[in-house]
Amino acid sequence: MKVVIDQDRCVGAGQCVLAAPEVFDQREDDGIVVLLDENPPEELHDQVREAAQICPALAIELAG
Amino acid sequence: MTEALSSSSQAVSDAREPEFPMSRGRCPFDPPPELERRLHDEPVSRVRIWDGSEPWLFTRYEDVRALLRDSRVSADTDLPGYPPQSPGVAARRKRAKAFISMDDPDHASQRRMLTADFMVKKVERLRPRIQKIVDELIDDMLAGPKPADLVQAFALPLPSLVICELLGVPYEDRALFHRLSKVLISQEATPQQSLDAVEELLAYLSRLVEQKLKDPGDDVLSRLATEQVAAGTMTADDVAAMGQLLLVAGHETTANMIALGTVALLEHPEQLDLVRDGDAALIANAVEELLRYLTIVHTGRRRVALADMEIAGQRIRKGDGLIAASDVANRDAEAFPDPDKLDVTRKARHHVAFGYGVHQCLGQPLARVELQVVYSTLYRRIPTLKLAAPLAELDFKHDMLVYGVHSLPVTW
Repeated sequence: MKVVIDQDRCVGAGQCVLAAPEVFDQREDDGIVVLLDENPPEELHDQVREAAQICPALAIELAG
Repeated sequence: MTEALSSSSQAVSDAREPEFPMSRGRCPFDPPPELERRLHDEPVSRVRIWDGSEPWLFTRYEDVRALLRDSRVSADTDLPGYPPQSPGVAARRKRAKAFISMDDPDHASQRRMLTADFMVKKVERLRPRIQKIVDELIDDMLAGPKPADLVQAFALPLPSLVICELLGVPYEDRALFHRLSKVLISQEATPQQSLDAVEELLAYLSRLVEQKLKDPGDDVLSRLATEQVAAGTMTADDVAAMGQLLLVAGHETTANMIALGTVALLEHPEQLDLVRDGDAALIANAVEELLRYLTIVHTGRRRVALADMEIAGQRIRKGDGLIAASDVANRDAEAFPDPDKLDVTRKARHHVAFGYGVHQCLGQPLARVELQVVYSTLYRRIPTLKLAAPLAELDFKHDMLVYGVHSLPVTW
């Protein structure tokens, strides 16, 4: 799985951080998404899929 | 007499009375039966609102999400065709305009001034402070007379204190903003009452912003004053409009979730037992489920179409009003099996109680932490908590834009 984020679309709702805290974080100065792991291990895939599904701004894309 | 009454009510319905918002049925937690019927039989339909216009009403979970994330729809309350929630909302739409009623790029630039304040890790740092406030409010309530009104003793003070500290609004002024906020979220306030309330609140907050410019503190209004007003990028009135949104949204919604959530749990004792004995993960889950089940923003998320388009298989014309009924969407069996059942163990995080799309609630991490602390503390500290009036006699907020109870008599 490869995770791609779009920081321009992000609205800082924080949903991804709650769904998959080992993969997503928020920038200290503006709360916009940062990617901690662009190739997360298999055991986190469900969490990452949930994060992508609930992101209100469609700022997370998954490949593979 | 009976005949006269029935013939006059006939006349009123012939005069095309509004169909939306709809009346709830017997269960105070369920969406209106007619809304449930449309979800099943007519998922996208026209509905007449107070001003006589007939916006499209979307009821299915996936359709609500599709509508709210579509960049061809606008949240701009000034555009022709936008369906205002009430005469009061319509009257004040040119005043106090903040990012909730703007489109990108203006929306994004204002919202990004605040995203750091409400991000998950920032709000987590407030958890000990929120826990302390919750414990002290419960101490005070237990030391006072019973029955008590849980709204005044607990549900309203907690989020009011927290948002005041965050924004830098003196909590001593709560009588003023509680009074004005009540007018602003009333569906029945007249246009004049609504305008007067918004002017009074903006004047109060503008004065506060001017003070913060001279003597800034460590709070959101001070930061907006020193970074935006001082630089000339925003006026004190613009910051007041943002402050008004944060202040009202920051306490009304959470207060209603605390009180109405407590009623729902007391009426579902097996769920209350799970919450009372639950670990942090179960509590977090219970918060999501109660947000879904109660969906207190119950008059729909409003938009207007910017172009001719098709959403959920429906042809929409430019300028058509659009209502996303998130309350009934959260009862769509396609998204939530056995949707009318309150089940604090279900997966519910994908609910649309905070809306969806770029306008999804900015303060949701704060609301979550406040509710987690409340639900994990209140019923453990007061295990015998119970209603001091029958459910049917509670004063539910059918008249407000945010659902809940006006007061909640409890004893223990």
